[in-house]
Amino acid sequence: MSESLQKTALHEWHSANGGRMVDFAGWSMPVQYSSIIDEHHFCRQSVGLFDVSHMARLQFADCKASLEALEKLTSRRVDSMKPGQIRYSLMTNDQGGVLDDVLVYRLPDANQDCFTMMVVNASNRQKIVEWLRKRLGPDIVFEDRTESTAIIAVQGPKANQIVSNHCEINPDSLKYYWGTTTKVCGCEAIVTRTGYTGEDGCELIVDNEDAAAIWKTLHADAVAAGGGACGLASRDTLRLEAGMPLYGHELSDELNAAQAGLNFAINLKDRIFPGSETIAAAKEQNTLPVRIGIQLEDKRAARQDCPILIDGNAVGVITSGTFAPTVQRSISMGLIDPRFSQPGTSVTIDIRGKHHAGSVVELPFYQRET
Amino acid sequence: MKPEDLLFASTHEWAHVADGVATIGISAQAVEALTDLVYMELPDSGASVTAGEPFGEVESVKATSDLYSPVDGEIIEVNTSLPDSLDVLGTDPYGAGWILKVKLSNEDALQKLLDHDAYQKQNSEGQ
Repeated sequence: MSESLQKTALHEWHSANGGRMVDFAGWSMPVQYSSIIDEHHFCRQSVGLFDVSHMARLQFADCKASLEALEKLTSRRVDSMKPGQIRYSLMTNDQGGVLDDVLVYRLPDANQDCFTMMVVNASNRQKIVEWLRKRLGPDIVFEDRTESTAIIAVQGPKANQIVSNHCEINPDSLKYYWGTTTKVCGCEAIVTRTGYTGEDGCELIVDNEDAAAIWKTLHADAVAAGGGACGLASRDTLRLEAGMPLYGHELSDELNAAQAGLNFAINLKDRIFPGSETIAAAKEQNTLPVRIGIQLEDKRAARQDCPILIDGNAVGVITSGTFAPTVQRSISMGLIDPRFSQPGTSVTIDIRGKHHAGSVVELPFYQRET
Repeated sequence: MKPEDLLFASTHEWAHVADGVATIGISAQAVEALTDLVYMELPDSGASVTAGEPFGEVESVKATSDLYSPVDGEIIEVNTSLPDSLDVLGTDPYGAGWILKVKLSNEDALQKLLDHDAYQKQNSEGQ
């Protein structure tokens, strides 16, 4: 592995515990420790621990001013958020393409003051930092805290219980997509009820020097509860089952935000943000390919770039797919001509030159019982 | 079969040759590296295979990988029960996990294969 890759505060633990380290957006990250399927089930059935410290964290000094400035750049309202609230939003370019999908946080700090934070995809960190510097202007100051902090995602039906044993609050007391500043294992931490797996749980943002001790404590509890550490490969199978898009697959600079099937995250009412007119027009015309779910009849996995055919004609393309451990089916997401996007539509997927029968299905593929 | 008695392709397939017939499979290291196998697509008996060319595909949760023939010849038997019992590849890759039997048409191609020591050396060098 190249020495030039960035390492998270947990890198040593991953290496010592069987982590297969790969280059992910310039970071050395564990893709898996043992079996992807086992790690997937840790999270669905008990609790999975994920190091997602490669995700970039930007922290803004002036809460009110920064949210008012970000409001002009996000597909969703962020200036109306209450202290503690978090919103999933898209950042779009002037053409309506998706620069990134982000979380914007308005969090109370220890002094009953508020601060603004944004978490962006590792692969888009530089692009978003440059975009914000250019579009927010010099008055809105933010700090890139990616390299001084870690994010530990604790996900699964037992996640919040395990965290609550070491935390001043029980994450269950937070509403979904809310967060706070508290202590975990005696260390300052941001605890948010967020995640990317389709399970309940929380994410902890902690200082690098505290990360390994917190991880080890939670890991011991997770193992005792029938869970354990999970790599990025199971994170991908989990988010796919949950029907969540991944930047670089279902979202990109070239795809209009209206194509993403994320209407809940696009608020065009009385709002102007980069590309908003183009997005409104795309939504109105509904001629661009749209994101859909596809289920295959056999066990072959449709992978990114496999053509979607109807009567031998290409009507779309697969953006990601796998054989899904919980639903026990070959599932994929793709972009398809909207005339064929109705659930139940029969399609054929060209997988390495061979045709496999499937159908368009509703997203998500998996929904936890609540 | 013991791995010490087998020949290996650099692409992690093994071959055991006896009486002009090669039994072919994939190595324990390949199974270990792939993990989470879910599907295998195999050719039919009677088809011909060429050394270094794909003859089938194996699907894991993470990726699809080609299976490359280590030999030249005609397929005379296929382990058709294997796709429904892929666990066998993990428990007995050099026995019950065999994939094809091939009647060799050109034994010269065997010269390019590695013996067990050379194959182990290749893997330890991280190729």
